[in-house]
Amino acid sequence: MEKIIKHSGIGVPLRQSNIDTDQIIPAVYLKRITRTGFEDALFAEWRKDLNFILNRSPFDAGSVLVAGPDFGTGSSREHAVWALKDYGFKAVLASRFADIFRGNSGKQGLIAAQVVQDDIELIWKVLENHPGTEVTVDLQDRTVVCGSVTAPFQIDDYTRWRLLEGLDDIGLTLTHEESITEYEGSRPDWKPRTLPARS
Amino acid sequence: MGNTLAEKVWDAHVVRKGEVQGAESQPDLIYIDLHLIHEVTSPQAFEGLRLAGRPLRRPDLTIATEDHNTPTWDIDKPIADLTSRTQIETLRANCKEFGVRLHSLGDAQQGIVHIIGPQLGLTQPGLTVVCGDSHTSTHGAFGALAMGIGTSEVEHVMATQTLSLKPFKTMAINVEGTLKPGVTSKDIILAVIAKIGTGGGQGYVLEYRGSAIRALSMEARMTICNMSIEAGARAGMVAPDEITFAYLKDKPHAPQGDDWDSAVENWRTLRTDDDAVFDAEVSLDANDLEPFVTWGTNPGQGVSLSQAVPSPDDFADENDKAACERALEYMALDAGTPMKDIRVDTVFLGSCTNSRIEDLRIAADIIRGRVKDPDIRMMVVPGSARVRLDAEAEGLDQVFKDFGAEWRFAGCSMCLGMNPDQLAPGERCASTSNRNFEGRQGKGGRTHLVSPVVAAATAVRGTLSSPSDLDPLPPASTGKPDDVVVPAASNAA
Repeated sequence: MEKIIKHSGIGVPLRQSNIDTDQIIPAVYLKRITRTGFEDALFAEWRKDLNFILNRSPFDAGSVLVAGPDFGTGSSREHAVWALKDYGFKAVLASRFADIFRGNSGKQGLIAAQVVQDDIELIWKVLENHPGTEVTVDLQDRTVVCGSVTAPFQIDDYTRWRLLEGLDDIGLTLTHEESITEYEGSRPDWKPRTLPARS
Repeated sequence: MGNTLAEKVWDAHVVRKGEVQGAESQPDLIYIDLHLIHEVTSPQAFEGLRLAGRPLRRPDLTIATEDHNTPTWDIDKPIADLTSRTQIETLRANCKEFGVRLHSLGDAQQGIVHIIGPQLGLTQPGLTVVCGDSHTSTHGAFGALAMGIGTSEVEHVMATQTLSLKPFKTMAINVEGTLKPGVTSKDIILAVIAKIGTGGGQGYVLEYRGSAIRALSMEARMTICNMSIEAGARAGMVAPDEITFAYLKDKPHAPQGDDWDSAVENWRTLRTDDDAVFDAEVSLDANDLEPFVTWGTNPGQGVSLSQAVPSPDDFADENDKAACERALEYMALDAGTPMKDIRVDTVFLGSCTNSRIEDLRIAADIIRGRVKDPDIRMMVVPGSARVRLDAEAEGLDQVFKDFGAEWRFAGCSMCLGMNPDQLAPGERCASTSNRNFEGRQGKGGRTHLVSPVVAAATAVRGTLSSPSDLDPLPPASTGKPDDVVVPAASNAA
């Protein structure tokens, strides 16, 4: 995975709470078997409305999404993160994220930056009054800057470290393979196995 | 100080403790006992393994089925939608290549992934269970720690049989009292979500406790745990008890002989210690509870069936107010309309929330001997091929067919708009599923989440209803000796 330290890009204010992953990417796009090429699927239903923010310049070139609380609720589909990334988003700012979405973001190098709602409101105002303003998300310092607004954000230490170092999760875990094998030796015999099949 | 159920299961699965670095500790490496797979969230994970040249570590702890994409009619014909067919064929090829057991369309064990784990006896107390599907929380009903994961984590489990996880906080959901007839576990969980909100459970594992929970069947407990994710929680759990053991005994993959005794001995320790402390507690009185239904576009936007559609002015928080306004517009509802006046077009009885045999029995008991509203389309979709066969053995299929409902084959069906079963734009549905998001059941479709009891009564009356709104049946016409119009829903042991 690519290392991420800091990103600056046009901020997109999306004044809505509870943006679930069915809105981020409708289920019909989940039939694909590839990991890329989901940019057309991002907010597919909402983008049919010509006034939707991503259909308006300069927001269509945005890379930092600034959303309402409880972003990414619902389905665990990682496709939501892929679609945001494929479209060009590098970071999402919100006061609360659904746990699975936050986890998926960390795996894919999308920064899910938790910013308190009061600061989100200030950033929304800057972006609405001055469309095209860039938002800088600094993972090293855990701060976001947008116009005159500077705000701290939360991201857990482990995710931040992995993103800063660009580390592959599976590779990291497999350095502990001996511990896994040792644990497997201690599991009780009565624990279920799917094979051989019984029915 | 003692431990909670969730902490006990967690502690028993730590392969490696996370090191403490600065103020925060790294995640623990947690062993996964059971990995469930389906066609939608697995292709990219299998591809990742292939590209890295990694084997799937434990095929014997992995099982796959086909559910999300699959049609519920004409299942003997090739899948008409080409992209769906490709995804299913990809799953079949991947399972063959990596040695994973797969229950394909047409197989007696095929069905919704969260129905087949329990039905095969693979879902057991104290296990860690994961699946690339948020409703994996269902399996928590057995006292397992069961979580939905993304595709990167699916690949991680395939390669390592572990996940790096940060310990969760714990929340007790105390439900004391006795449910009134016609009130089900679905109403409990809808009321819980309305109370704590769609983000209320974020960072928590919920444990459902109290006399009302203890009285529930396994099926009813699964319904509650299933929707834990709709409150934002990573998992929901119920401590195992005699009801759990009775359900599991003699299931195909339940422990046998001496192993059964060893297992039960272990399972009996899986309860929250009396002196354990939860990070948060929420209480709900079961005695007061009425059938609960949603009016909006997230599962927290619900009210009792006897209430009216709320107004944006009822909400103090600006975001909630805006969300209400948007939801009313999407749902084409006016504030103040009694919920019972809302007319629906379709009734969907199905999904991993409410498609088990007990759900079908409850609905059948209400419609037996009654006439369907002529303008209502009712779809009944058993959760698995096994549930379908069992229902047919009891004659439930005939009850639904006589009523004029569609009796379909197993799958996720109309719960999510990715197979042929979808709502048309503007179509309104009373659905026993779990999500009322915009477009969830089909583009422009409008969803009201309801229990199987409300679904059945609604199919009779045409508007959102409970059995108490129905005309009583003449005693002779039921065809049943004991005329139970309203079953003691979900309380059967």
